[in-house]
Amino acid sequence: MKPTAFDYARPETLEEAVQALGSHPDAKVLAGGQSLVPLMSMRLAAPALIVDINHLPGLDHVTADASGVRIGALARHADVLASADVRRVQPLVSLALANVAHPTIRNRGTTVGSIVHADAAAEMPMVLQLLGGSVDVVGSGGRRTITADELYVAPLESSLAHDEVAVEAFFPALPAGSGVAFEEISRRHGDYAMCGVAAVVAVEDGRVTSARAGYLSVSDVPTVVDLTDALGGSVDEAALARAAEAALAQLEPETDIHATAAYRAHLAKVLTARVLTAAHDHAREE
Amino acid sequence: MTTKLMGEAVQRVEDDRLVRGGGQYVDDIDLDALHIAVLRSPHAHARIISIDVDPVLDIEGVHAVWTYDDLEGAMAEPLPLLIPHPTLTHGRTQYALARDEVNYVGEAIAMVVADDRYLAEDAVAQIAVEYELLPAVVGVEAARAAENLVHDDVPGNIAARSEQSNGDAEAAIKAAPHTLSLDLDIERSACMPMEGRGVTARWDTANGRLQVWTSTQTSTGVRAAVAAKLGLDLLQVDVITPDVGGGFGVKINHPWPEELLVSLAAQRLGRPVKFTEDRREHFISSAHERAQLHHVDVGFDDEGRLLGLDVRFWHDHGAYTPYGLIVPINASTQLVGPYKTGPYRVTFDSLYTNTVIVTPYRGAGRPQGCFVMERTMDAIAAYLGKDRADVREVNLIQPDEFPYDHGLVFQDGRETIYDSGDFPTMLQKIKALVGWDDFESYRAEMAAQGRRVGIGLAAYVEGTGAGPYEGAHVNIESSGKVKVATGLTSQGQGHQTAFAQIVADELGVPFEDVEITTGDTRRMAYAVGTFASRAAVMSGSAIHLAAKKAKEKALRIASDALEADPEDLQIVDGVVSVKGSPGTSINLGTVAVLSNPLRYAFDEASKAATQFSVGDATKPPVAEGDEPGLEGKDFYSPTRSTFASGMHAVIVETDPDTAEITILKYAVVHDCGTVINPMIVEGQIHGGVAQGIGGALYEKMAYDESGQLLNASFMDFLMPYVTEVPDAIDVDHLETPSPLNPLGIKGAGEAGVIPGSAAIAAAIEDAEGLPITAMPISPSELFELRAQHAVAATTPEEN
Repeated sequence: MKPTAFDYARPETLEEAVQALGSHPDAKVLAGGQSLVPLMSMRLAAPALIVDINHLPGLDHVTADASGVRIGALARHADVLASADVRRVQPLVSLALANVAHPTIRNRGTTVGSIVHADAAAEMPMVLQLLGGSVDVVGSGGRRTITADELYVAPLESSLAHDEVAVEAFFPALPAGSGVAFEEISRRHGDYAMCGVAAVVAVEDGRVTSARAGYLSVSDVPTVVDLTDALGGSVDEAALARAAEAALAQLEPETDIHATAAYRAHLAKVLTARVLTAAHDHAREE
Repeated sequence: MTTKLMGEAVQRVEDDRLVRGGGQYVDDIDLDALHIAVLRSPHAHARIISIDVDPVLDIEGVHAVWTYDDLEGAMAEPLPLLIPHPTLTHGRTQYALARDEVNYVGEAIAMVVADDRYLAEDAVAQIAVEYELLPAVVGVEAARAAENLVHDDVPGNIAARSEQSNGDAEAAIKAAPHTLSLDLDIERSACMPMEGRGVTARWDTANGRLQVWTSTQTSTGVRAAVAAKLGLDLLQVDVITPDVGGGFGVKINHPWPEELLVSLAAQRLGRPVKFTEDRREHFISSAHERAQLHHVDVGFDDEGRLLGLDVRFWHDHGAYTPYGLIVPINASTQLVGPYKTGPYRVTFDSLYTNTVIVTPYRGAGRPQGCFVMERTMDAIAAYLGKDRADVREVNLIQPDEFPYDHGLVFQDGRETIYDSGDFPTMLQKIKALVGWDDFESYRAEMAAQGRRVGIGLAAYVEGTGAGPYEGAHVNIESSGKVKVATGLTSQGQGHQTAFAQIVADELGVPFEDVEITTGDTRRMAYAVGTFASRAAVMSGSAIHLAAKKAKEKALRIASDALEADPEDLQIVDGVVSVKGSPGTSINLGTVAVLSNPLRYAFDEASKAATQFSVGDATKPPVAEGDEPGLEGKDFYSPTRSTFASGMHAVIVETDPDTAEITILKYAVVHDCGTVINPMIVEGQIHGGVAQGIGGALYEKMAYDESGQLLNASFMDFLMPYVTEVPDAIDVDHLETPSPLNPLGIKGAGEAGVIPGSAAIAAAIEDAEGLPITAMPISPSELFELRAQHAVAATTPEEN
């Protein structure tokens, strides 16, 4: 449980960080270290160079305005979760974050780090995808914005170039007349979920005009399904059942030591109905 | 008058230090030691064709790399089989480093000594081993089928086949008006202490002495094992057990290969050497427990009264049997619980599998036995349509039936005779505590809200305080402070507190003046260890006896000094005085000075002592038969174990949609005889209940067919967090003092874990209305059970 030897760089500027990353094909960014460090200790990852970005200035911001929520690369989950502005502007971010591991991990782990780690069992990549958010990255080619759709290319793989550092995540604000909900089922409090579902539902004149749901741990990349048509404007029992079936058609739950594929599929159905109902209720409160 | 401390909830003196990170564990002992790392088998079953250590030899900072071929003498022999048994006809143990075959993933093959652990791990990765893979035997079913053998020379994979009976169970069942058969299954778990194994050793070349610090439950055992393996005399070896971050059984097995290898390396290299186990190593190279399959045949009458019980079970012993048959024997004899079973026969096979070895884990076979008996009780109640508590009640041993002899031989080789208890009162108490009689209205109330709840109950009797002996040494200093040593070790139980309570009461000294040392062979060379819920019973009794001796001597000397009859003296707050004449007194510290007729006055205490003249000038200063010093030493060695008991009841909620299982209420009634410190006992119960919940709902070792452990980390091996344990565990005590020891104590360490799976399975069964026959159970498994049950319910019976 000791990592192999690695070089360590602690740049003071973004340019130095990008340079350091570019200097070695096997370099890795260290932010909160909540995924990387255990992987290194178990020798499942053995990067030759660690680029510790914790001393880069100006990356620990958490801001929210009418357009949405912006989270800097060094903002810890706990900082984001504590922000009343975030909760007001995009409540789904807060709802999901409360399910990210435990307080001690949230105190260290960064939201942006979790997003670019691209784990389909993690909450924040899915939420970014569901809300149509984006990530700003800086590399040798300058700064660019990657939308969530373009971000997740394969299991545990993002579209960041090797020398790019993610500097900020953006979650759009919740539009008026829309509601959100999140629920996950895990073996223990704070564990990776066996299944988790988030939903965004828009309601106009009592009718559902848009409904999308995002799924955790039932596919190998963060997956979002549009359920607007399946609901057909309503959230009654029949509509919810149709939506759950429609969602399931897009998912590929697998069996592991904690849950069978059939159980995960069942949870996806149950939770789809629950979060659509809750998001619908939320939309009507808004 | 000093307040009696026995029975008081005295705050644990160890907590301030331990909670603030002030503990001193093996890994904290800084001797600038070299570190070892161990190459462990990646295969569950393989022959070792060759080992190439050449790539490691020239790595800078590597001091040694050893394989089996580097071991000599006793070190090259298999590790000891600690507890042989006549039925353990095919006992096998591993070598400190595998000789030519490995039998589980994690078995030690080679070791590297290097400047630090990083380097040692790098070097281990460079060792090249050529294996010939052999088929792996994983799980009880595969072991029973015996299509493949773990050990070539053990037919049927059967290490032991054992049978006990106290009557003709078969005939009794045949004659019974009702019979039932059940198949019951418990899976593998493990102790998982926060601190893994660890050992540090230093060889003193000038004096030819070895000092070993190890995270063990038996320092004397490790001492004897290390001395034997290294060819040293016992007096050349000290074993010191510092703070231990939990044991729960896994650290009673000894010697672990690393305890020997580190000692050997320290001796050979002449440098301090250490090993600190990491968590993955703990999963794959320390011990597991629990896995057993059981078949029950039971006969009973219309009231549910047991008329005969026949149990056959298959015990997964892992790859080797270093700790003998303690676990299956416990399971087989403790299964009977607080009940009169009628003629009982139990037969078990201990089976080899290509998995980590099995040695006792808190409860040590009793959780399995309790699960079998209590599931049987529930099945009888369901069959007869009777209240589950009523069926238990008609079977209970009555208070006037003690001592109650089950006619079975316990794991200590002694008879299973219950010494005391009051099971009917206990049943009433647990029913009241959990609200058993009001549950149906609660169930209806919850059902009206769409919620599904169930209630379960389980009872156990636990043989505790197994012999053969423990000792204690009580030394009163001239400062008046009392230094006490007992040889068994502490893993956080609160020995410093509980033992000090005993000493303070017996000697009449302030609690704060008593200091307890455990697990240091320099202070107490004869001791057994901390396991089998025995520390309070064994060392508690020995300490009481030793303190009594010290007190007798103190009073004898004080009576000379005060010119009073010893019987007229009392000791209060460390001062000996004549009863009714408080002015005539002498401090215990001064008595200690007087006890040692040394001529030199070193300190104030010595000067104070000069005012008293003791002894007859015509006699030797140390009288014949006497010794200098104010000390007491004694040993306690009981004829047999003392039997504690308890009942747990639990209310669970199961989610009709997601099959999530939530514990709403957990109640415990516990009888460990005289309670020394109720706060400590309750702490033990809380911890035990948490582990019981872990065993019931979360923990299992997920081996694949090839013998790879799929969940060898805390990410996937799920121990309950505080969030999975109910906020409140309701505890009620019942005290039926044991007649077997001077304080009336019974053990309390393991109790809390024993009935967890039994009670929770009963509650889930009650909530769901489908039989629960295998534990642990996860939401996914409950979901699958519901599905099977639904299919079964809609499929017409084929008759």
